[in-house]
Amino acid sequence: MSNRVLMKGNEAFAEAAVQAGCKYFFGYPITPQNEIPEYMSKRLPEVGGVYLQAESEVAGINMIFGAAGTGFRTLISSSSPGISLMSEGISYIAAAELPCVIINVMRGGPGLGGILPAQSDYFQATKGGGHGDYRLLTLAPGTLQEATEFIMMAFDLAEYYRNPVMILADGFMGQMMEAIEFKKVKLNYDIPDPKEWAIGYMAERGKRALIKSLSLDPEMLEKHNQKLQEKYRRMEEKEVRYESVGVEDADVVIAAYGTTARIAKSSIKKLRDQGMKVGLIRPQSLYPFPYKPFNDLPDGVKHVLVVEMSCGQMIEDVKLGVQGKVPVSFYGRCGGMAPSVEEIEEAAKKLLG
Amino acid sequence: MAEVKIFERPKSMTDVSTHYCPGCTHGIVHRLVAEVIDELGIQEKTVGVAPVGCAVLLYNYINTDMYEAAHGRAPAVATGCKRVRPDLTVFTYQGDGDLASIGAAEIVHAANRGENITVIFINNAIYGMTGGQMAPTTLLKQRTTTCPFGRDPKANGYPIRVAEMLATLEAPGYIARVTVARPKYVIKTKEAIKKAFQTQIDGKGFSLVEVLSTCPTNWGMRPTEALKWLEENMIPYYPLGEFKLPN
Ligand SMILES: Cc1ncc(C[n+]2csc(CCOP(=O)(O)OP(=O)(O)O)c2C)c(N)n1
Ligand code: SF4
Ligand SMILES: [Mg+2]
Repeated sequence: MSNRVLMKGNEAFAEAAVQAGCKYFFGYPITPQNEIPEYMSKRLPEVGGVYLQAESEVAGINMIFGAAGTGFRTLISSSSPGISLMSEGISYIAAAELPCVIINVMRGGPGLGGILPAQSDYFQATKGGGHGDYRLLTLAPGTLQEATEFIMMAFDLAEYYRNPVMILADGFMGQMMEAIEFKKVKLNYDIPDPKEWAIGYMAERGKRALIKSLSLDPEMLEKHNQKLQEKYRRMEEKEVRYESVGVEDADVVIAAYGTTARIAKSSIKKLRDQGMKVGLIRPQSLYPFPYKPFNDLPDGVKHVLVVEMSCGQMIEDVKLGVQGKVPVSFYGRCGGMAPSVEEIEEAAKKLLG
Repeated sequence: MAEVKIFERPKSMTDVSTHYCPGCTHGIVHRLVAEVIDELGIQEKTVGVAPVGCAVLLYNYINTDMYEAAHGRAPAVATGCKRVRPDLTVFTYQGDGDLASIGAAEIVHAANRGENITVIFINNAIYGMTGGQMAPTTLLKQRTTTCPFGRDPKANGYPIRVAEMLATLEAPGYIARVTVARPKYVIKTKEAIKKAFQTQIDGKGFSLVEVLSTCPTNWGMRPTEALKWLEENMIPYYPLGEFKLPN
């Protein structure tokens, strides 16, 4: 008998974090992620944790800075405009090398935009968002089941690398319901004991903790940057994750992540039923990006089609991977509109000639 | 006869000289904070949060666990820390640009939640670190590099009385305004800082000590002139006293 429960995405994200041992959540209301703070406000007191509604996302992410500095597991969630407000704080967290998990349930932008699902924060998540040379480990789950597993894994990754980890979901995933089995996910990594670096152990350690990002000496700051870059190179070696389906014999390979990949899978099934050879590469880690499968496409592949709920963001990384070996085309919907199974099918058919 | 030490560096203060300008009062307040931490015997259980401003390097001088926060966000950082580790004594140290301008939301809401933290607020009526621009606390007619003709209320409003403003809230436990313009005031300032920390230790909620301070460099005055200017101009507008006491 399986232990599957039917749950709304946002609630499942929150529950996964609690099951991963996260007891501290700081949030601010914004659609379409409100069920995460709502769920946490009931659930965290049950496990002796703290839910606190911040006065803004700016304050929220800085509360995370303070909480993460103690070495305990912390989570914050928001949707696109809120993540923009957090960007300064995320840069500070990355600079001070604090572990935390951030969930972005993306909605359409720019500006206040709309409240319906989008994938238009790819650049923000993977190329910076905030200032300075930092990187966010960014995971893009494709189903709610995978989301719960990625969230649990994200806490281990955050602690192992001492780096913020972002779960990049979208409004569909936040709002849909699906049967989920909460499996314990634990990476077999050697995670350092927070008592070695965190706030609150001065007596035990015989040395105080200092959590900061300021470095007025340019040589020291360059060294700190180089240390961060080494860490990012280690992530690029170890943390690339993707799913590849039917690429071996494909004429056209679709590249899509998250909800869009899910829709594309239905299109691919229909195309295959009609005898057309279409495959899928679904990045599960957006930073580090899986460049290799795009670089190593089988000789038979004639075209890559990138599908996103944006005006074309991940396509830039796909092109870097493909390196001009075959043409890369784009099909996208944005502003809260999603590509339909038929639209993707049509777009692929055009390329198949 | 055995030697008796009558003056020494507090244990909670590091043995380095500070980067402050001659006559700057930041250093005096640092020392008072360190003395209070020593007297309460809480060095290893205390966490400071440094601001963005001249006191950004506070972590080099106060020898406890320390964070250095983003501009204005120290109360949020302190909140995050205190909510996870209520057993620690958490204080922020913030300038007037940091606390009353960019960080106005964070301080009001930390105070309004009765967040059990202590805030040392250095009101020197100017942005010291960036070279003497107008602060929300700059006095009317006071000249700064961004109000070169003197602060005009029509354009820039009036100087904010932070202690009184926060004292209108229900939750805070202790709010006081003090100064370090003369030795007699310094003693009072230390008492207020100690009361503020004690308020936190007793679990009585948010405490804040506003310290009227000088910035001789950006006021364009000699240190002694600056102290005199503070007494003659700041104290009349910013009355000293306790605005909220723990019950
Ligand atoms: C987001 C951001 N904006 C602006 C600055 C630049 N800045 C550094 S210190 C400072 C003013 C500090 O003044 P105050 O808080 O009064 O402290 P003081 O130096 O007078 O003690 C400013 C505006 C910054 N570091 N970060
Ligand atoms: S600029 Fe002003 S506040 Fe800053 S150290 Fe110099 S005197 Fe002190
Ligand atoms: Mg100032």
